[in-house]
Amino acid sequence: MDQFIVSPLFGDGPVHWYTITNVTLWLALAVVGVTLLLVVGTRGRAVVPSRGQSVAELAYGFIYKMVEDVTGKDGLRYFPYIMTLFMFIVFANFLGLIPMSFTTTSHIAVTAVLGFGVFFAVTIIGFVKNGAGFLSLFWVSAAPLPLRPVLAVIELISYFVRPVSHSIRLAGNLMAGHAVIKVFAGFAAIAALSPISILAVTAIYGLEVLVSFIQAYVFTILTCVYLKDALHPHH
Amino acid sequence: MEGDIAQMGQFIGAGLAAIGSGAAAIGVGHVAGNFLAGALRNPSAAGGQTATLFIGIAFAEALGIFSFLVAILLMYGN
Repeated sequence: MDQFIVSPLFGDGPVHWYTITNVTLWLALAVVGVTLLLVVGTRGRAVVPSRGQSVAELAYGFIYKMVEDVTGKDGLRYFPYIMTLFMFIVFANFLGLIPMSFTTTSHIAVTAVLGFGVFFAVTIIGFVKNGAGFLSLFWVSAAPLPLRPVLAVIELISYFVRPVSHSIRLAGNLMAGHAVIKVFAGFAAIAALSPISILAVTAIYGLEVLVSFIQAYVFTILTCVYLKDALHPHH
Repeated sequence: MEGDIAQMGQFIGAGLAAIGSGAAAIGVGHVAGNFLAGALRNPSAAGGQTATLFIGIAFAEALGIFSFLVAILLMYGN
């Protein structure tokens, strides 16, 4: 599938780690979009907000409330990080919906950096805030004593699977959605099926708009849940 | 017929792994359906629980995504 191929932007040499590719372009566009919305959009600081400013304020309030609800007051220190994650993923997802564009978040390489970043950040925050007490996350004191070692093993495994599922969920959803659109578009080659194909592509595209937002929301809220575990490890 | 028996096994394995996606769909439907059933009983409490709903859906979906990943790896992994 052509839309997932990483290719250099200038010329067609091999792709090194410093090569400027289409991924670089669309990641940069996502950053530019976020900056335009949040910095330029709110520059007016009007009492009656313009369209751009009210969207920016809506996004800010939405994430602020989410962080406050899930992690509690002391999680608000990490609000800038979570806001950055959300805005970046939303913009990358929506930019990927533009036809002929490149969906950066459909690549596990991109989402794994985000997912493992959250994992390491949360683990370090947990140990800095609670010291060795962070390990009580794995020692479920609500369970009967003989059951606790078994639960500790399960909790440990599920803890280390977190970054994997966290990143693959985002990449898998985006990649699968775009692949489904491609499959339905392929049916357009058969003349009898082409009206159905066009209807199906339109419907799936609408679903993808929804999925793009929901996956960014899910990624962010799971970050909040992991952060809550790090800040309050006691069950 | 092109290909060989190993490639056939690869494709069959990928198809079998994709069954997991359907199982995840059942799980997600279960979560959403039970949420709706509860929400209709007590609509005033439902608004505060949408975050829990999405977390539940995300966890149910994660394992389906794993099976999708296994299918993708079997198809293109080698």
